[in-house]
Amino acid sequence: MMRAGRFRYVVAKSAAEAAQALADGGGKAMLLAGGTDLVPNMKRRQQMPEIVVSLRQVAELREVAMNGETAIGAGVTLADVVRDPRLRQHGALFRAVAQVATPLIRNTATLGGNLCLDTRCNYYDQNYEWRRAIDFCKKAPGPEAVAIDAVADDGDGTCWVAPSSARCWAVSSTDSAPALIALGARVTLLSSRDGAREIPLEALFHDDGMHYMTKRADEVLTRVRVPHDGVRSTYWKLRRRGAFDFPALGVAAAVRFGTAGVVEHARVVLGAVASKPLLLPESSLLVGRALTDDAIAEFVDATARWAKPLDNTDFLMTWRKQVSKLFLGGVLRELRGDDVQTFPLLARRAATLRNPVW
Amino acid sequence: MRRSPTNNARIALTVNGETKELLFAPNKTLLEVLREDLGLTGTKHGCELGECGACAVLLNGRPVLSCLVLALECDGRQVETIEGLADDARLHPLQEAFADCGAAQCGYCTPGFLVTAKALLDERPNATRGEITEALSGNLCRCTGYIQIFEAVEEAAAKMGAKESK
Repeated sequence: MMRAGRFRYVVAKSAAEAAQALADGGGKAMLLAGGTDLVPNMKRRQQMPEIVVSLRQVAELREVAMNGETAIGAGVTLADVVRDPRLRQHGALFRAVAQVATPLIRNTATLGGNLCLDTRCNYYDQNYEWRRAIDFCKKAPGPEAVAIDAVADDGDGTCWVAPSSARCWAVSSTDSAPALIALGARVTLLSSRDGAREIPLEALFHDDGMHYMTKRADEVLTRVRVPHDGVRSTYWKLRRRGAFDFPALGVAAAVRFGTAGVVEHARVVLGAVASKPLLLPESSLLVGRALTDDAIAEFVDATARWAKPLDNTDFLMTWRKQVSKLFLGGVLRELRGDDVQTFPLLARRAATLRNPVW
Repeated sequence: MRRSPTNNARIALTVNGETKELLFAPNKTLLEVLREDLGLTGTKHGCELGECGACAVLLNGRPVLSCLVLALECDGRQVETIEGLADDARLHPLQEAFADCGAAQCGYCTPGFLVTAKALLDERPNATRGEITEALSGNLCRCTGYIQIFEAVEEAAAKMGAKESK
């Protein structure tokens, strides 16, 4: 039986109080929102905060406002994102969130928590005894590893995925981040030292399995803003089962069409193939022309180099790479209006909208 | 297992309608407090990591995994467990239907399925098969399979609907 270690529990009444508690904690405090990522990590001794700052009573983080744009508090549960009819217009967000884990987890997990989700790896997401048996890994290199934005030095521990590697290759496994990056979302980070700063969501992440966020340990992610810019968007997820599983691949796309189907704006994002979601720079190749079969094929060829899955999640890495091409083309075909029922099985399954209750 | 040396967390928790003052080790999850401090062992201890659904309970009416919720986070909230489903000696229609339809075999997953299904029918009394499948997609059963479980939820929904329309 696994129990969480000991910690001091602090209840914040406001986002500012939470930021102050993090600053006071000096890198030894972590935020507790839904707890569906942190609590298992505490039980497995992957993350061992000395101070846990509860956000449960911070009402300001649970608000959703529509005012020419969508503003979602970081503490809104994933189930409430799924339930809110106003958020359905952001197709990629809805589809990504509706496919996170399970309904039971979505009832407590929060949007901010999914954005900040710890990176994952077959050699890291194991219990303490399992990890001790392989002498731990680079991301949590010892029994005392307190992986708050990773306290370990990069020189410690072995990366079992790439043993000669100087870095950690744990995988960004958030579904909502690729979707929200495609939608052009911006996030607000609050600290007691600097106040609030807003950055594009793609700038929240580093391509490094240990130091995977640019958010400082004393910052609270408070809000996500999504523009209303007339895009059509979707998110396709590859996983073994129809529930539970983290993405083995996620592809999000948002496209705005002008007259005669000419693309005015496009953002395509790959998830779960690197330590951060990858906003593909080739998205701009799609702009100024219609999404013809040729245009889609050129885009898929040009972007194939980005997906470099390693052997540290579910499925064969070579197969995940193949599926990334299928999905990159598929999301664009869906957005241009093709009948998804005519797609090959894997694509049809990924494109078919589920109807979650929570 | 690491034992917690002190029971120094105190909360007021309402379990199955009864409010209790509790003193427990602060690192305990809701599941651990229900089973170890309150003796409510109907809620099952499965994977401990959010991967099975055996520990589902209703928290303020919503089904959640009690193994992932710190008990400290439940101060002032309402918890409903499998022990609260029956009305004294009268089983809940879901419990009757699970028995009638053979929707339980070893029974370990059953409390989690029942409370999750109850939350679904409380919110959507006429839930479709698709909605039932989706709502129960976070509960694993390793022996019965899911068909009888889905049928039992439909059966209970029909019974509850018939009762209400009388």
